Amino acid sequence: MPSRLLTRRLADWLAFLFASAATLFGLFWLFWILWTTLAHGFAALNGKLFTEMTPPPGSEGGLLNAFYGSVAMILLALVIGTPLGIAAGTYLAENGRYSRLAKVVSFLNDVLLSAPSIVIGLFVYELAVVPAGRFSGYAGALALALILLPIVVRTSDEALRLVPDQMREAAFALGIPRWRVTSRILYKAAATAISTGILLGVARIAGETAPLLFTALGNQFWSAQLNQPLASVPVVIFQYAMSPYDEWHTLAWAGAFILTVFVLGLNLAVRVVARRGK
Amino acid sequence: MTAYAPLDRTRSRGAAADRIFNAVTVGAAWLVLIVLLGAAASMAWGGRLAFKTFGLKFITSSDWDAVGGQFGALVPIYGTLVTSAIALIIAVPVSIGIALFLTEIAPRWTRGPIGIAIELLAAIPSIIYGMWGLFVFAPVMAADVEPWVNDHLGQWPVVGPLFSGPPIGIGMLTAGIVLGIMIIPFIAAVARDVFNQVPPPLKESAIALGSTRWEVLNRVSLPYARSAIIGAIFLGLGRALGETMAVTFVLGNAHDLSVSLLMPSNSIAAAIANEFTEADTDLYRSSLIALAFLLFIVTVIVLSFAKLLLLRINRTHGRTH
Repeated sequence: MPSRLLTRRLADWLAFLFASAATLFGLFWLFWILWTTLAHGFAALNGKLFTEMTPPPGSEGGLLNAFYGSVAMILLALVIGTPLGIAAGTYLAENGRYSRLAKVVSFLNDVLLSAPSIVIGLFVYELAVVPAGRFSGYAGALALALILLPIVVRTSDEALRLVPDQMREAAFALGIPRWRVTSRILYKAAATAISTGILLGVARIAGETAPLLFTALGNQFWSAQLNQPLASVPVVIFQYAMSPYDEWHTLAWAGAFILTVFVLGLNLAVRVVARRGK
Repeated sequence: MTAYAPLDRTRSRGAAADRIFNAVTVGAAWLVLIVLLGAAASMAWGGRLAFKTFGLKFITSSDWDAVGGQFGALVPIYGTLVTSAIALIIAVPVSIGIALFLTEIAPRWTRGPIGIAIELLAAIPSIIYGMWGLFVFAPVMAADVEPWVNDHLGQWPVVGPLFSGPPIGIGMLTAGIVLGIMIIPFIAAVARDVFNQVPPPLKESAIALGSTRWEVLNRVSLPYARSAIIGAIFLGLGRALGETMAVTFVLGNAHDLSVSLLMPSNSIAAAIANEFTEADTDLYRSSLIALAFLLFIVTVIVLSFAKLLLLRINRTHGRTH
């Protein structure tokens, strides 16, 4: 039956070809998008980006207020989201490992991880913006913290589970209370993995636009006050890219360049370090 | 007794600290639940005015008139479903191809770097996809792809009307393709992990019986991993339904119902992003929040389904080893 063997080999060859083509297809878009962003963005880079504020239509300027707003909100989101995320992750992996609550939370945490970020933005709008009566950097940071939370929960849960049980048993055998075992021994053993997850979370929230639209809103002028509307890099990119003005497009590309380099750089660095650690 | 008092005191202090520590972790765990339920409840509460005013007409009417105070969300709902469907049609075969390539075909030393490159596609912020889509991809669609689609697919019977329309580059087809690219890495990464979980003895037995690689995939790996692959696809669907920024750029923010995929349309997330800050009446704002409620409920159901299917393979996997 040589012809049957031939068709089977042909099918195998076609599957091989298809899988290779699919991979090339995926990489093709990655390189196209990166090339566009880097080429347009590089041309738009100049020193004013870091020294001047976002300009009115039709004139030149920089992104200083947006950088400040982004950094401030990311840092505040870290301050809110990281301890809560690690505490919840600790419950899932340690204190409540076999409890029903841990199962439910673990399940819903993964749902929250992929839930639409724009809904989180609206949630924080109802939660913080409506009662306060104004958009603010605090609300923006809270929205970013809620995006960060499930990421930190998942990574700290996984990181703690990787710590061998012998370590816990040895520590308990010495009569050390659980909170000290967890805080002094397990966190230390899981530190690299947890910080990897937090850094990937930072990369994720740095590019989030939708949750900031109705919380931090944006601010064309310099404002260091977090209880006022606050500019951020992604929201400025959105507003300027959607506008009809060339100067604004150029600034949007410059912002896109810096954002992409930051996010992908952080991702690559974290992955390389994590790989070397193994 | 007195001799042991210091020890007792340290012990009870340790126990008290333990109780506090435990309470903190339990509280944080509850917080995750509260955020999810709170988001759903606050969307339902915020949207109650729209639901009360329009009832079922809210999802069956395509009349979205901010000035006249009429809000029927059929167009954004339809746009969300159609763009997500296009995204899945593109992303599912490509992602499974990539997963197959990364687990069976690629030389071992290239698997890590190629895998990372595909994962980077998921790390690119969606606003970057949006800008690229608007300034680079949409013009290409308008100049080259859509005229061709018009001349060829547009002439076909039955599906013709879907593919004929003005080649303006902004519309459901473009948005669907961009969404498809965005969800490829999510489906591919999970599918790769799932394929890697197929027990080697199963594959080796098939190879020993003379199977080709394609037959191993098609008759051993895929059947073994079927439910998890469907889970991966639903994960991608959940992402596609809720994606906001990329779609907002290339969908065109139109409120007319059109058959043609080349026409501008709207999606739930894009409508909220575009209109929420401009919504000047309570009813308008409430209608947008009601849309967010529908989106949230649907994505939570889709993602829960995905998670259940993915949990199943882990359990089977656990049993075989």
